[in-house]
Amino acid sequence: MSFLELDRVGKSFGPNVAVEEFSLTVTKGEFISFLGPSGCGKTTTLQMIAGFLDPSHGAIRLEGKDLVATPPAKRGLGIVFQSYALFPHMTAAENVAFGLEMRNVARSEREERVRAALTLVGLAGYEDRHPRRMSGGQQQRVALARALVIRPSVLLLDEPLSNLDARLREGMQIELRQIQRNLGTTTILVTHDQIEAMSLSDRIVVMSKGRIEQIGTPQEVYEQPASAFVAQFLGKTNEFAAHVERAAGQARLLAGSWSAPAPAGVSGAVTLSVRPERISFGDTGLAGRITSRIFQGNHWLFQCDTECGPAIVIRQNDGQPQPEQGAAVHLNWQAADMSLRAARVAA
Amino acid sequence: MSTTATADTSDARAGLSLALPALMLFIGVVVIPLAMTVMLSFHDWGQYKGIEPVFILKNWMEIIDDPYYLEMFWRTFRVAVLATLITAVFGVPEAYILNRMQGPWKGLFLLVIIGPLLISVVARTLGWALLFGGNNGLANKLLMTLGLVDSPVRFMFTETGMIIALAHAMMPFMVLAVWTALQRLDPQVENAALSLGAGSLTVVRRIVLPQIMPGVLSGAIIVFSLSASAFATPAIIGGRRLKVAATLAYDEFLNTLNWPLGAAVAVLLLIALVLIVVGSNALIERRYQEMFR
Ligand SMILES: Nc1ncnc2c1ncn2[C@@H]1O[C@H](COP(=O)(O)OP(=O)(O)O)[C@@H](O)[C@H]1O
Ligand SMILES: [Mg+2]
Repeated sequence: MSFLELDRVGKSFGPNVAVEEFSLTVTKGEFISFLGPSGCGKTTTLQMIAGFLDPSHGAIRLEGKDLVATPPAKRGLGIVFQSYALFPHMTAAENVAFGLEMRNVARSEREERVRAALTLVGLAGYEDRHPRRMSGGQQQRVALARALVIRPSVLLLDEPLSNLDARLREGMQIELRQIQRNLGTTTILVTHDQIEAMSLSDRIVVMSKGRIEQIGTPQEVYEQPASAFVAQFLGKTNEFAAHVERAAGQARLLAGSWSAPAPAGVSGAVTLSVRPERISFGDTGLAGRITSRIFQGNHWLFQCDTECGPAIVIRQNDGQPQPEQGAAVHLNWQAADMSLRAARVAA
Repeated sequence: MSTTATADTSDARAGLSLALPALMLFIGVVVIPLAMTVMLSFHDWGQYKGIEPVFILKNWMEIIDDPYYLEMFWRTFRVAVLATLITAVFGVPEAYILNRMQGPWKGLFLLVIIGPLLISVVARTLGWALLFGGNNGLANKLLMTLGLVDSPVRFMFTETGMIIALAHAMMPFMVLAVWTALQRLDPQVENAALSLGAGSLTVVRRIVLPQIMPGVLSGAIIVFSLSASAFATPAIIGGRRLKVAATLAYDEFLNTLNWPLGAAVAVLLLIALVLIVVGSNALIERRYQEMFR
């Protein structure tokens, strides 16, 4: 049962198309991330759901009702802005209470709910602070409490963690996920950080240049990227030029001296992509030489020069001896760990 | 240790010598004339003997005793306050609308609003005098055609006319002050209030206005002090009879030639203005301390 539905939504600013053919159905309680590089239309899409921008095309429905015709004040959505957008002239408690005041919630209940919301985000005792006297992380929590206290049908978060330093961000990610799980609020998060998207979401919408590249669970978009863009945007990947050769009635896929039986339906020149952590060193396979090796604590990062160009390999630091810099190696991987695309025809 | 001390003193000396030219200029063109004006206000004056450099309180006593001066200062204050209120009432929405405008319109209207600053106050006030002039002035014709008044309103030589012309002359200062404050607002804050269920009027009243209040108040201080010390507009609209502090001081200096009395009026106006401006500034700062820390 779809809860929130975007049906071929598009938005143009004059001649510039910011979002195009955006279709998505979100089920109740789901945590969705919009992931993509800066300028790909994530904020624009979120603002259309929020009602601050009118779509040029398409429809947005919430529980079957047309949302586009509803003014933003009547949509009942909770929004956390990238800049937090707190009311600087009000205390934390007044900020959180504002939405309840607008809903004419009685004073005693209001105070109760404001206290509960601030406690939920770990800010009990900060009721009387003004935003300018709070740290970035605290302001971020006030913004979250202010959005959650109205019990929104959908929570929209626009890069809420991007202004925090790395350690605080990780802590907030875990908290955000916990709060969302406990409340069961349908949530859409906008981010350009693939780790954040993967660690928080039920499903990720990968976007590029205003279009959806892929919608899927974090594992799906990571393991089976639908396009070169998705493969490259979600973590590091190696790409090798490969081709299919038919010999003795058997089709084999060849990349340098690495080979495997060709999957059905593949022929000619293809691009083979495989994640660095799926490659192992063996006695056979793609021949190469290690140009550098970097110790990164729980893993080793190798840069190799191979028959098919440069490659990176990540090996767990499992206590086994690892090849030295300059060593001749063979790169090997399982057929299940790679994905193939028809190679772009050379111009 | 001694080296640091020498370095410090030589630094201080260098700082002093660098500040010296500006300091001399300040003393030369502000402090000395001001001190002389204050001294002048204690001198004696007579129709035939002219200025006598003695120390007496005659001028100050006259200002305090004669209700004419009280009325005149009260009028100055009233006119300035009302002109300030009018600039606030019209200037704040004007700045808000200006700030919401897009692209070329914004620049055009900003020019329309600041443009008057490029024209001499005298020329602008003479324009108002033409609009106000007599019973057949354009202003009265318009009001009567619209049916807002039955008989012509007197604008020339009245406080009403003075306030209207002053408010118009001071409008750019208010708009600019408010506009600056508006530009510092995070545009998403209004969206945040909307998303929490506030109507657009509530957004303006509860979210925008409180945040730009310091801008409105500093605009008000500028407009008030400029209005209270304005000369050209009250002189042209108020004529010879309806006097404010600045025009009275001018008259004492140039027509009656009673410089000491004129000096006392000028000094009193200055003191009153400084007290009001410094006082309200301190109040504003205390009030908005939390917000701007
Ligand atoms: N108000 C606007 N007017 C014109 N172009 C805009 C406006 N808002 C966004 N854009 C354009 O739309 C595209 C998508 O912007 P945005 O949704 O903010 O990207 P993201 O949030 O993914 O970084 C960008 O190319 C941006 O320049
Ligand atoms: Mg954005």
